[in-house]
Amino acid sequence: MSALFELDNLNVQFDTKRGKLHAVRGVTLHIEAGECLGVVGESGSGKTVMWRAAMGLLRGRKVHRGGSVRLAGRELLPMSAKEVRQFWGTEIAMVFQDPMTALNPVRRIGSQFSESLTKRLGMDKAAAKERVVELLRLVRMPEPEKLVRKYPLQLSGGMRQRVMIAMAIACNPKLLLADEPTTALDVTVQAQVLELLSDLREKLGMGMVIVTHDLGIVAGHSDRIAVLYAGEVVELATTRALFAHTMMPYTEALLNSIPRLDGKRGEALQAIEGAPPDPVAQTSACFFAPRCRYATEKCRTEHPELVDDGTGHWYRCFYPLKARSQ
Amino acid sequence: MNNNTAMHLRDDSDILLRVENLIVEYTTKTGTVRAVSDISLDIASGETVAVVGESGCGKSTLAKGVMQLIPSVSGKVLLNGTDLASLKGEALRRARPNIQMIFQDSISSLDPHLRVRELVEQPLKVWDRGTDEERRAKVDDLLRSVNLDPAIVGDRKPTEFSGGQCQRISIARALSIEPQLLVCDEPVSSLDVSIQAQILNIIQAMKVRYGLSLLFISHDLAVVRAISDRVYVMYLGKICEVAPPERLASSPAHHYTHALVSAVPIPDPTVGRRRAILEGEPPSPTNPPSGCRFRTRCPAATEKCAAEEPQLREVSPGQFVACHHPRG
Repeated sequence: MSALFELDNLNVQFDTKRGKLHAVRGVTLHIEAGECLGVVGESGSGKTVMWRAAMGLLRGRKVHRGGSVRLAGRELLPMSAKEVRQFWGTEIAMVFQDPMTALNPVRRIGSQFSESLTKRLGMDKAAAKERVVELLRLVRMPEPEKLVRKYPLQLSGGMRQRVMIAMAIACNPKLLLADEPTTALDVTVQAQVLELLSDLREKLGMGMVIVTHDLGIVAGHSDRIAVLYAGEVVELATTRALFAHTMMPYTEALLNSIPRLDGKRGEALQAIEGAPPDPVAQTSACFFAPRCRYATEKCRTEHPELVDDGTGHWYRCFYPLKARSQ
Repeated sequence: MNNNTAMHLRDDSDILLRVENLIVEYTTKTGTVRAVSDISLDIASGETVAVVGESGCGKSTLAKGVMQLIPSVSGKVLLNGTDLASLKGEALRRARPNIQMIFQDSISSLDPHLRVRELVEQPLKVWDRGTDEERRAKVDDLLRSVNLDPAIVGDRKPTEFSGGQCQRISIARALSIEPQLLVCDEPVSSLDVSIQAQILNIIQAMKVRYGLSLLFISHDLAVVRAISDRVYVMYLGKICEVAPPERLASSPAHHYTHALVSAVPIPDPTVGRRRAILEGEPPSPTNPPSGCRFRTRCPAATEKCAAEEPQLREVSPGQFVACHHPRG
């Protein structure tokens, strides 16, 4: 049986004035039904481009996609935009970071919401209306009957994000892609939205991908985590293994930069100095080497491959941390 | 000071900023919103004071009220003993170099047409400080101190930089005229965690270097925990708890603070998922609940909470809470 969603050696390149920009480099990942995969990386690591390209949202003359993307065994990359669209909503749905721009500002919530139900599922207007209220209740919106008459502007960021989630799950997708679903939200609302997503996943048996820059967010909500750097997977493991036996210096640095409630005051946070490499420039070195505290001459001349430690814990480093401590 | 809402203020000679019973209101179509409702706070020189709360609690309005960027209805904003709220026009302008501000959206807070060097130099020019050479040396020094190379970035424009880099330019610009107080309004909220740490470390280093006091506004207790000496927790225009950050993290007295603490994600999967304590969102500030403003979302609310507004009182040394039924 094939996985729910598979990326196989996915490459995404853009033509720019300065040359070819390598946004995603040979990413291989899969998601099983009902599983939650966390995808973690900094701005510019390619985490958003990867999913958009896989979903066929990024295309055109200046976009080059290579490799393979399979949805329940069906090859997506060669399909036209129209062909891919038939899977949206019913098989895959997306929740975006910015719920304000993702909603149509001049249409009431109810009207833009029921459109997907009447068009996609062929419901009649009355049934769609009822279903919208039911879905809004499912995402714990207070007074859903009143809410359908409102415009997106009248809602707070957290409420808009919940409307987005309700719309995404409206056609019972098998996979929900959540791209930075809580980044624009307060900590308290973030906790509510994450909990809602996890509850919905259990209730509806969906597979889910949470894309984020914050390892802290996926720690309590994902089964496995993939860490991305400069368009490559640099560590991939079960959530527990990733935290208990961090292999990549980059992952360790990301963890250390999170401010913690139980941390000491006055102690400087461990920032990752420098910036990710220029995605246009070509290098034969490890991409993280210029920022890595452990980097050696080898790291500056050779590019490490993604290897398995034998337990399904993948990493891309010549000197993995666990081996170092032994 | 026998007023209850200000009992947490200190009688220290070393107080740089003292805000007394500040009230700021907005007039909207649906009525008057009292965004800052009788707030008092003080900042000692060299101290970092943080204000935390959810969106819409009035924390940014408080910052603007302190800066006197919006007029206050009543109350005092004493900086070095001078009441900024009583100043107008040129007198207020003359007092402003002592307080500078950096904002959440660093990219749009910088003029996109100016080069980095011009941006950082501008305050010095406005205040006519130093000669051309002195200003140039000062700008180079400031850029270097926020880890930017003046030779590389000096002639570029803000749009060429990332959010973290723009925030560093904003910091250099704000500090160019050597203020005593830097007001930071959510300076790291729109940044990646890795960049967040860089900026927090820079703010901390600049604070030491220039002997600054900081008013740090944030919604994230973990961020606040890392850099502040004293934290004010704000809910719907009011202060509900004041305490040192360790105290807030380990034994919050207000139920709202407790909810904020438990909402911070823990980067450790073995801790497991905690249930979010806080349901829903704050009620409308145009028509706040009677008595305690948090009672509609509070697990410990009783009839007394609806009838009587709790006042700040000291529950342990340096920890003040406005709650009828504080946590043990």
